[in-house]
Amino acid sequence: MKPLPLRIALVASALGAVSALPAAAQTPPATATEAPRTAEVVAEVSTERTVIAVPAFATPAVTNVAGLRTDTLGRQVAEVIAADLERSGLYAPLGPGSVRAISMTEVRAPNFADWQAKNADNVVHGFVQASGTGGLVVGCYLYDTALGTELVRQGFEIQPGDWRRAAHKCADAIYSRLSGESPFFDSRVAYIAESGPKGNRIKRLAIMDSDGGNHRFVTNGQALAISPRFSPDYKKIVYVSYLNNRVRVFIYDVTSGSQKLVTESANATFAPRWSPDGRQILYSMAVGGNTDIYRISADGGTPVRLTSTPGIDVGGSFSPDGKKIVFESDRSGSQQIYTMNIDGSNQQRISFGGGRYATPEWSPRGDLIAFTKMGGGEFRIGVMTPSGGGARMLTNSWQDEAPTWSPNGRVIQFFRTSPGKDGKSQLWQVDLTGVNLRRLPTPQDGSDPSWGPILP
Amino acid sequence: MTIRKTTAMIAAITMLTVGACAKKAPDTLPPAPEGSGGDTGTGTGTGVVPGSQEDFVANVSSDRIFFDLDQYNVDAQDQTTLQSQAQWLARYPAVRVTLEGHADERGTRDYNIALGERRANAAKNYLASLGVDSNRIQVISYGKERPAALGSNEEAWAQNRRAVTVVISR
Repeated sequence: MKPLPLRIALVASALGAVSALPAAAQTPPATATEAPRTAEVVAEVSTERTVIAVPAFATPAVTNVAGLRTDTLGRQVAEVIAADLERSGLYAPLGPGSVRAISMTEVRAPNFADWQAKNADNVVHGFVQASGTGGLVVGCYLYDTALGTELVRQGFEIQPGDWRRAAHKCADAIYSRLSGESPFFDSRVAYIAESGPKGNRIKRLAIMDSDGGNHRFVTNGQALAISPRFSPDYKKIVYVSYLNNRVRVFIYDVTSGSQKLVTESANATFAPRWSPDGRQILYSMAVGGNTDIYRISADGGTPVRLTSTPGIDVGGSFSPDGKKIVFESDRSGSQQIYTMNIDGSNQQRISFGGGRYATPEWSPRGDLIAFTKMGGGEFRIGVMTPSGGGARMLTNSWQDEAPTWSPNGRVIQFFRTSPGKDGKSQLWQVDLTGVNLRRLPTPQDGSDPSWGPILP
Repeated sequence: MTIRKTTAMIAAITMLTVGACAKKAPDTLPPAPEGSGGDTGTGTGTGVVPGSQEDFVANVSSDRIFFDLDQYNVDAQDQTTLQSQAQWLARYPAVRVTLEGHADERGTRDYNIALGERRANAAKNYLASLGVDSNRIQVISYGKERPAALGSNEEAWAQNRRAVTVVISR
């Protein structure tokens, strides 16, 4: 299908076109088959959360747009918004399943007494209507019920297939207004979908929205696929494929479905990462058993070798300003985290907390580095400053691995593996408090998540 | 160490059941089997194609060597195993092999690929030191992607920290 322009504009001021992207069929996230009733989640329930009522959005006239009814969409948009707010851990939304629907008139003139009676601190109102040009207009309002004031007013003109994005944009506006943080819901994740027995796992590249919606398998599973990373513009995915029984880094073009090698080499190449501007790629290459880190233009050319110790130097993640790289090395005798300049100079160890440290990922805010710490029989996700200070652990499990940052640097996704021959790997996310821990529903098991930036 | 001995014992028993010789590889080949079919599971020892993967497994002390946690050195027991493999490879100079390097699940994914590379190359280098042309040996690391033992305990992990020699079928 030819990509259609997605126009997201403030209804009131009618700002111009912002972005173009393929109009994808909108599908909901898979249902979590088991409730993650862990101690952490129970603890989270006891904390004080802002109650936000999110009734079904109204529609001025029930219209069928591209097979979608505006009244049905009104309820679905509210459900997606409520789920986003719930997943953030900061809010206790009352979704369309638990509060009454609203009339079109109420959208601009809420009945504040009603919502205060529901103990709602805030209420989200909105509408879905046909745009008249084959698209939809979604309006999104946030009110303070006690003060009776309007806090957010946004409108989005969209292609019908992008209705979930409008809901995420609305949730982002609400989250940003109430928390003071940058938005993160309207973003996407690449990961590895896993199935089959432990000794012969089928691993497929897959992509989805940050909430698991619009899920799509990208590769067919015939070749083992691992460690994907979305390009900053979401047009490409760099990953490792065992195609033809070799270990090589490929760039997969999401639009065309074609892929190409990052570099031609007889040696194994793996652990790829994009630079923040998407113009360069880091990868690791093993030569005669010795692994080092290289940097190459995403368009090809001559790679630059950045490390040259006899130990394993592997992985890597750029700082958001593109000037430094954090990576792991066992040059000291065990896996530890180091930083260096992008030309490979000034290599310095920053992890000194005991145990092994791996999979460093620089926050898009620049202030923290997330990592996997191994020790005491556990693999845990933690964060520390780029100079190695203030290290603290966010999770506590048998095997948590491979953190990836939300676009606003406040939430981390990772994968959690359970032990034994029937052990599963599943995607989870945790916020920087370590309190709000959630499993991300996926159709199959999941690993190696890679969270991309906020969509324009 | 106990685990390693157990594994070696199992390997030896397996070899006896297929009718071939144990630890030390024979100086001369067993009689060429009639026909083919290669049903090596029946215990008759017939139907094995000379120079095949089945022949290799039946006539070397083991197709794999094992490593300690986060290590990749080839110890005395590994050397014995690789010597038997080198002798077999000397009899079939046209045969090429893949050396698969593996790690246990208790490591991070990328590091384990690098560790598997180290292990496979350690085995390759030792075979080369015994006179096997290194051009006959290709290396691939599976990291923790293809465990042989599926449990999550020390015994399973010890079996998974391995380098396996596999004959490339022609």
